[in-house]
Amino acid sequence: MPTIVIDGKEYEVPQGENILEACLGLGLDLPYFCWHPAMGSIGSCRQCAIIQYQNPEDERGKLVMGCMTPVQDGARFSITNEAASSFREFIIESLMVNHPHDCPVCAEGGECHLQDMTVMAGHRDRRYRGLKKTHRNQYLGPLIHHEMNRCITCYRCVRFYKDYAGGSDLSAMASHDHVYFGRHEDGKLESPFSGNLVEVCPTGVFTDKHLVNDYTRKWDLQSAPSICPGCSVGCNTSPGERYGKLKRVHNRYNPDINGYFLCDKGRFGATYVNSEKRIPAVGRRSKDGLFDAIDSSQALTAIAKGLSTSKVIGIGSPRASIETNFALQNLVGQQNFCTGISETETALVSACIEAIKESGAKIPSPREIERCDAILILGEDVTNTATRIALSLRQAVRNEAYNMAEGLQLQSWQDAATRNLAQDERSPLFLASPHATQLDDIAEGIFNLSPSNIAHLGYSVASLIEGKRDDAVTKTDANDYGNIAEALLKAERPLIISGTGVTDTSVVKAASSIASALVAKGKETYLSLIYQEANTLGITLLDQGQGPSLSNIFEQGENNNIQTLIIVENDLYRRAAKHKVDKLLQAADQVIVLDIMDNETCTQADIVIPASSFAECEGTLINFEGRAQRHFPVFESKHPCRPSWEWITEIGKISSNKNMLEWQCFDDINKACSESSSTLTGINEVAPDRKYRVGGRKIPRQPHRYSGRTAMIANLSVHEPKQTDDTETPLGFTMEGHSGDRPGELIPFVWAPGWNSNHSVHKLQTGSERELKGGRSVVKIESKNLIQSKQQVKSVSQNNDQDHFIAVAMYKFFGTGELSSQSPGIIELCESESIELAIEAADKLGVSNGDGVTAHGVNGTVELEVKINDSLISNCVGIIQGMPGAANINPGEGLSLTRSENWVRRSEIISSDQLGSKNV
Amino acid sequence: MNNSVNSLSTEELSAIDEELEHAPYRSAVAIDALKIVQSHRGWVSDSSIKEIANYLEMSSEELDSIATFYNLIFRRPVGENVILFCDSVSCWIRGCAKLEKHINKTLGITRGQTTEDDKFTLVPVPCLGACDKAPVMMVGDSLHENLTEESINRILEDAAVKGKER
Amino acid sequence: MITTPLTKNVHEDRRVVLVEDYEANGGYQGARKSITQMTPSECLQVIKDSNLRGRGGAGFPTGMKWSFVPMDNVSPGHKYLVCNADEMEPGTFKDRLLMECDPHQLIEGMICGSYTIQADIAYIFLRGEYVKAAETLSQAIKECYAKGYLGRSIMGTNYSLDLYLHTSAGRYICGEETALINSLEGKRANPRAKPPFPQVSGLWGRPTIVNNVETLCNISHILDHGPEWFQELGIGEDAGTKMYGVSGNVQNPGCWELPIGTTIREILEVHAGGMLPGYSFRGLLPGGGSTDFLVEEHLDLAMDYGTIGKAGSRMGTGTMIILDDKTCPVGMVKNLIDFFAHESCGFCTPCRDGLPQTAHILQDMSSGKGETRDIETLERLVKFIGSIGNTHCALAPGAMEPLQSAMKYFPEDFERHAEGKKCNYCETD
Repeated sequence: MPTIVIDGKEYEVPQGENILEACLGLGLDLPYFCWHPAMGSIGSCRQCAIIQYQNPEDERGKLVMGCMTPVQDGARFSITNEAASSFREFIIESLMVNHPHDCPVCAEGGECHLQDMTVMAGHRDRRYRGLKKTHRNQYLGPLIHHEMNRCITCYRCVRFYKDYAGGSDLSAMASHDHVYFGRHEDGKLESPFSGNLVEVCPTGVFTDKHLVNDYTRKWDLQSAPSICPGCSVGCNTSPGERYGKLKRVHNRYNPDINGYFLCDKGRFGATYVNSEKRIPAVGRRSKDGLFDAIDSSQALTAIAKGLSTSKVIGIGSPRASIETNFALQNLVGQQNFCTGISETETALVSACIEAIKESGAKIPSPREIERCDAILILGEDVTNTATRIALSLRQAVRNEAYNMAEGLQLQSWQDAATRNLAQDERSPLFLASPHATQLDDIAEGIFNLSPSNIAHLGYSVASLIEGKRDDAVTKTDANDYGNIAEALLKAERPLIISGTGVTDTSVVKAASSIASALVAKGKETYLSLIYQEANTLGITLLDQGQGPSLSNIFEQGENNNIQTLIIVENDLYRRAAKHKVDKLLQAADQVIVLDIMDNETCTQADIVIPASSFAECEGTLINFEGRAQRHFPVFESKHPCRPSWEWITEIGKISSNKNMLEWQCFDDINKACSESSSTLTGINEVAPDRKYRVGGRKIPRQPHRYSGRTAMIANLSVHEPKQTDDTETPLGFTMEGHSGDRPGELIPFVWAPGWNSNHSVHKLQTGSERELKGGRSVVKIESKNLIQSKQQVKSVSQNNDQDHFIAVAMYKFFGTGELSSQSPGIIELCESESIELAIEAADKLGVSNGDGVTAHGVNGTVELEVKINDSLISNCVGIIQGMPGAANINPGEGLSLTRSENWVRRSEIISSDQLGSKNV
Repeated sequence: MNNSVNSLSTEELSAIDEELEHAPYRSAVAIDALKIVQSHRGWVSDSSIKEIANYLEMSSEELDSIATFYNLIFRRPVGENVILFCDSVSCWIRGCAKLEKHINKTLGITRGQTTEDDKFTLVPVPCLGACDKAPVMMVGDSLHENLTEESINRILEDAAVKGKER
Repeated sequence: MITTPLTKNVHEDRRVVLVEDYEANGGYQGARKSITQMTPSECLQVIKDSNLRGRGGAGFPTGMKWSFVPMDNVSPGHKYLVCNADEMEPGTFKDRLLMECDPHQLIEGMICGSYTIQADIAYIFLRGEYVKAAETLSQAIKECYAKGYLGRSIMGTNYSLDLYLHTSAGRYICGEETALINSLEGKRANPRAKPPFPQVSGLWGRPTIVNNVETLCNISHILDHGPEWFQELGIGEDAGTKMYGVSGNVQNPGCWELPIGTTIREILEVHAGGMLPGYSFRGLLPGGGSTDFLVEEHLDLAMDYGTIGKAGSRMGTGTMIILDDKTCPVGMVKNLIDFFAHESCGFCTPCRDGLPQTAHILQDMSSGKGETRDIETLERLVKFIGSIGNTHCALAPGAMEPLQSAMKYFPEDFERHAEGKKCNYCETD
């Protein structure tokens, strides 16, 4: 490690860093704006100026920018030198010339990097006496608020949006001191990563619209370490609450997974927890079909009674925590516990697990994905199903640029130089998909194929890697596939991505065979398989293929074998065809539903029990890598809402379930789960347990400056309420406690003296890999521990007649997610239910956008609105997953389509009217 | 890419295509394309931006970012004749400020404005590189040197009669 | 012996030199000689030996600049030579003359330069307002293709070169070579961070040389007549001739090719004919708007890079702007700062937000609203904006040069304005 001298003191710093990074790493405060740890340096703000000396004799030195100066052994610097500090003050003064100083009404106030840097650089006197420049703001959609007057022109927004995240609808406009960051015209920012602008912008130009409209300062937010429940990536988040409402979600740094960035679904898709559609009370259906609120003990007793006297089936959920599912499994017994995942998806997940076990490839974290240098994506629409990974893939294709830069002795943080050098040169990424995807712009080869042909491509590539020739392929295909094989073989770290999204097990198997072939060639091979939900892998591991499948449950229902059915956090109408679910729910004598939000399954229940959301309870989720992670309650559940695992345990106790009698708290369930099978060993080490203390103190959820604690409910009672004791977790609902170094999984929010914004995260980091100082536990369920998956289910019979179309699953970033799509802001961005058709198909049927078609499949007929997708291959139709009715069509099945003659086109609604009606 | 029918004219398209022949990628000719379209339409409207961007397979934002950067791309309508009035140092020493006021008075417009009859737009321009003949200005494509109030009157009258200078 | 190689063909009435006349007068001999008889490294050596320095303003030795271009074939691909014809430095009008009057001289220089660095594509980046130069150059390029000076297998050799004319959409910063490269790539003309230098990673990431028009116009002559001939053209330490110009209230403003190192006095008094009647000399900017003022005491200095540099200014483009006694230095500097503030690309803070602050103070001062603290504030701005390295590129430090030197040589004018007094020679509204 090079040794450098800063203000007379010697320091060892990591090789390859710049002086700004090095200073921050050493805990030395040096103000900056344009530099970002993930985006590197461009040297535009000139804020991190320091003095560099030629040699020990040099007393004058030269002003250099810390972010643009590489560390070199023996180099000498001064931060405190007057020439440097007065220059830094001048820079802030200049940046503030046009800044509106509207901190009191700015949503960034209190966590504003510009405020912090202004104080740090010592700017106080304003010499400029002219008028300030002003700008017009733009409407950027329902998620992000724009306030250009606050801009200090650091260029971070466009560097993130365009360069890092590949967006194209935000640019720097105009020049000199008129530079404007915005769109060509008003409109929603199109990138699924636009929300990061809120954190990337050092001041309040881009702010969270939901927070702006229902505002709380950072210092008044109560936060807890959390995990995004939106998909199988498991990004770490820090949701903030005030007055019992979830106000916003910020990124929580995890170097392996999300780093500094979240997707918009993760950031803006959690406010459903404030929804009026939350189940408000324990309810029992009365004769008139409506629900009466009943006392919870009454309900629990009734349920427990049912348990002991009848045949009980429990249906768990891939969106519920391991603990909730484990509790349910214990309550009803393994043989009566169903994962609640559809037949097709279960088969796919099994295929994925097999692939991981058999290929011998490594499962990469998103950080490892960024280091892969040749990528093949088979079928998975990553941007819509595992969005954060798409951002990692955008970084991965830049490895070629870094290689080129290395040739010129450029460091990877020299961002502008590296981009200018590499221009359009990218590491190879190949894509096979039935339709266009949002990664097409960075792909070297795009193969528009039906799912079965994607599998064929995969097998051919695998053969080529093995050195075999596949005679069945045409010459052009052979060339193309040869290029893929060659690129993967040439790479140091080839990566194959697939998953359950394309809903064809042969695609997953093909991905596996490519990975195997690469492993056999001695390659450091990575295989990344994407699942649909936050805990899909987790519940599959828990089930071990032992419980009945969903169709088995339907059969049992048909045979009148089910008296009591307990459904936990699962809307079955999203899992299977309506007629099947209807039948099941009618067949069971008593249907008990525990859930967060009202849904179609709830409406068919006999007893409904309100469950806590991820933000109100503890739980463990297992992500696509097999990484187990814990989310903690941000705030207390509103009475009578309780975590599902707590309700189930309560029922178990009433019914004297032997295992469950001993469970006193979350940790007990978690421990029991960890001990229950070798597969889940270790999930009790995911985070410290409730007894964890530092110096006898808990970790506070509230910042030091949390205000109004005693007055918060003064409108209801003048008596100061006692702070709730959190007996379940190592965190406290208080502002007192330990706020020094903590394990990564226990950091509710970031804050450091002088650093009020999220930039303070560097104070928690150490080393060039930016590990967390307080350490963090990494619990991964290793592939060797994986269960023997159950026998493959027969694939759905495909009707491959010429007149039939193959149904392919499609995913929408906004809309496919069950809960996220009920969050304000996102609601209006969700696409409507539709069937996507290629132009040829639409022409053949004589339909156009907005017309209706009737799809005839194994589950009968469904009427859907036509949406033309000219990128779709012509013998496939896209069924958007997660939409009402979508579960009536099995992806992969052959559909015959007819034009719906009686279809009524939705009248053209003026968008402002639509907005108005939605606000009502 | 959006599928809207491209309304760039045949002349515009063929001129852009000529530039594309030696460009490594389509967006590389953004500036040339903006100039080509402006030479036909006088200025670059929002819809022109969309049309060009579409043709060059770039976003409107990316193109507008470039269009708004350069002095000689007009993002607002201009008159038949754009007066590029040099206000840099040599012309200033030689009294261009007074002449600019003369133009203001004669045409009733100040910097950035267009006469009501859409004949003239006055735009200040950095040093035109004819400092030995200062003060100077361009009207359309013609350079006019050693300006005086009288010569300006004559030039403007001629241009008003002649229409667009090409 | 040729003593004015650059302008020897230029007609009195400035009509363009036709290709036939150009050839008849020794044109394309330098190119023919180098391409058919010399290796690229021999050409490079000649240019190095000639001591030619960049005529765009910085005066960097041309041969040395070229020598940084990788000549191996390790990374095959294009290499580029770009002519910087974006003449926008206030008070500069030399390249216009060379391009409008004798376009083939520039093209020949570019062919020689391209051959030397083995570039296969060359560009002329021409200022958009130079309509006439665009016409003469386009015509000349066409003629060259027709005559086989450009295109495939030039002059029967296996060397090929394509040359394109790009007319700019107008931005002073495009004169900065890396900003120019960004602009040629069809992007916003923000300067790039260096390293890497364009010689290694320039246009489209490939090795690129950017040279000024006047620099390139010298090349064929040097290759044709040899470095010794070129050295002898200059007076003093620099080699060759220089296009000198004078503007302002002088008898005979104009542009002349003179031996480099001619004294300021000779240029001003002999060639420009001295001050106009009724005006007396107060100072001058020796080489465009971004150079420091020189005054009476400097008139006998030689106009070369070293001498002017030692006097605290820069030779810059060699085209002087004369400050007379009926022009207020505060107003003149305000005019310049307004220009630079407007032409800032907006990338780095000191330039983008510092120059408008400076302009605002000068505006107040020249309109009679100055305050005594203004001088101190201006000094502070000069200190922070005026050093290379404090900013991303040289624009803002260049902008500060006339201001800082004006404050040094004409303090009484600044003090008068800082007291809120009006000035006879400044605009007061």
